[in-house]
Amino acid sequence: MTTDALPAKGSMPDSAVRRALGALYRRSRLQLALLLAAPTGWFVFLYLGSLAFLLVSAFWFLDPTTSSIVHTFTLQNFVTLVSDPVYRTIALRTVFIAAVVTFTDMAIAFPIAWYLARVAAPRTRSVLFMMVLLPLWSSYLVRVYAWRVILSPGGLLDWVFTSIGLPNLSPGFSDVSMWIVFSYLWLPYMILPIYAGLERIPHSYFEASADLGARAWPTFRRIVLPLVLPALAAGSIFTFSLTLGDYITPQLVSNSQFIGNVIYNSQGVANNVPFAAAFAVVPILIMAVYLLIARRLGAFDAL
Amino acid sequence: MGRLLLRIATTAGFLFLYIPLAVIALYAFNAQRVQAWPIQQYSTEWFQAALDNDSVRAAFALSVAVGVAATFVALVLGSLAAFAVQRYRFFGRETVSFALVLPIALPGIVTGMALNSTINATGIGFTMWTIVIGHATFCIVVVYNNVIARLRRSSRSIEEASMDLGADTLQTFRFITFPVIRTALVAGGLLAFALSFDEIIVTTFTAGTQETLPIWIFSHLRQTNQRPIVNVVAVVLILLSAAPVYLAARLSGSGTVAGSRT
Repeated sequence: MTTDALPAKGSMPDSAVRRALGALYRRSRLQLALLLAAPTGWFVFLYLGSLAFLLVSAFWFLDPTTSSIVHTFTLQNFVTLVSDPVYRTIALRTVFIAAVVTFTDMAIAFPIAWYLARVAAPRTRSVLFMMVLLPLWSSYLVRVYAWRVILSPGGLLDWVFTSIGLPNLSPGFSDVSMWIVFSYLWLPYMILPIYAGLERIPHSYFEASADLGARAWPTFRRIVLPLVLPALAAGSIFTFSLTLGDYITPQLVSNSQFIGNVIYNSQGVANNVPFAAAFAVVPILIMAVYLLIARRLGAFDAL
Repeated sequence: MGRLLLRIATTAGFLFLYIPLAVIALYAFNAQRVQAWPIQQYSTEWFQAALDNDSVRAAFALSVAVGVAATFVALVLGSLAAFAVQRYRFFGRETVSFALVLPIALPGIVTGMALNSTINATGIGFTMWTIVIGHATFCIVVVYNNVIARLRRSSRSIEEASMDLGADTLQTFRFITFPVIRTALVAGGLLAFALSFDEIIVTTFTAGTQETLPIWIFSHLRQTNQRPIVNVVAVVLILLSAAPVYLAARLSGSGTVAGSRT
């Protein structure tokens, strides 16, 4: 009597499906293969395949007379990159600004992260935490655009500097504005890992350090800094990498070019895909070296 | 003394984060087309103008469609990968997590260019689906991180208990496993959608001549007569992105939201 209570539940023409699933239950390798097939297929064919294609095309070249791409192996693009001082200047500028932005964000993020992790009451903390997240998730383009409006002639910053009588100090559209805007854009990426790193330091470490006679600065330098170094490295991956690959912000708030702008223009305007691909190898190599160093500093455990 | 300096630095930091957003919100109510500071006269007329603008509506619709499709793909593939990595031991397990993070760790322009040259070489043409491919590729990791974090925290023994009590695989998934990961899926999906909705760097390479909302902003923000509408769209985007952040933080505990983008 009670036996028909259970099967009635799902009214199943799919008993074959159930039998198949039952058989599958005992074959864990097959389960794994089924789980992995779709995500791996997607990544290998669509993403890694495209990346490989890009790297290969860096060794082709654009025939200037026919403006068609010649599919024979050449190092010509890389020779141009190394020998032409224009590209060296652009690459150095990109890396320099990425580095300055990274240090600026560390300086601004540290007090905020410290306040969140060690001073704020739990309620304040969760509100402030969400206030750090919100700009991170709100549109990148909108935030750059907001700065374009603020920095443009006759805008807010112009007005501020004119009102205090120093009209020439307004950054306008320049490398300085790029520095401000990039620091602004990636700041939350630096706050979050530092916050997580600071929160993990047990309070007893501070007491022990104080008991042993250390004042604030030695405690900071010899206890806190070594412990949050992985977090700093983790945050810097984002501030550095995101600045390195950007080409929208330089267009909107400065008159300078970044590596990304050259890539974009060679590919979209000049149709020189091989050269664009070759220049794209530069940020990939820089990031590869950067990630290796960051891993040695323990950045991946702090993510 | 130290405490006071800390408070000042923190306040200054938050002002730095929020003043630009506030400024753009004010400009959306600027009656004039000229964007000078201070604003002379306020008005809400541009909100209506933005609503009536056909190209804005088309761009909005495309962004929503792409976001939904990319989120769906990311939910399926991200969960599959999370189950595989969390529940099984296999050769190359570490590589899976590493490969999934690549589209976010590498500069977006590299991903964009790679997809662009592949699309051009295969001749499939630029459609909504090429945008979806680009977006899903970097959204997968968001879902993956949320689901795997949830699986790590939940015990497998409740599934075994379900099986021991006579439930089959489907019933166990439906009544035990799925409820466990449900909120992680919602949180991951919301964040994936937000990521897709805002993306511009990869999108410019995979969209061809189509306009998503960020691309619409990018191509119109230099035209003086379009600026008031750009401002309105910008404010709407800021408000829209606040919702997923809030909801995802509630659903998954704030730690996971922070981790999800890293």
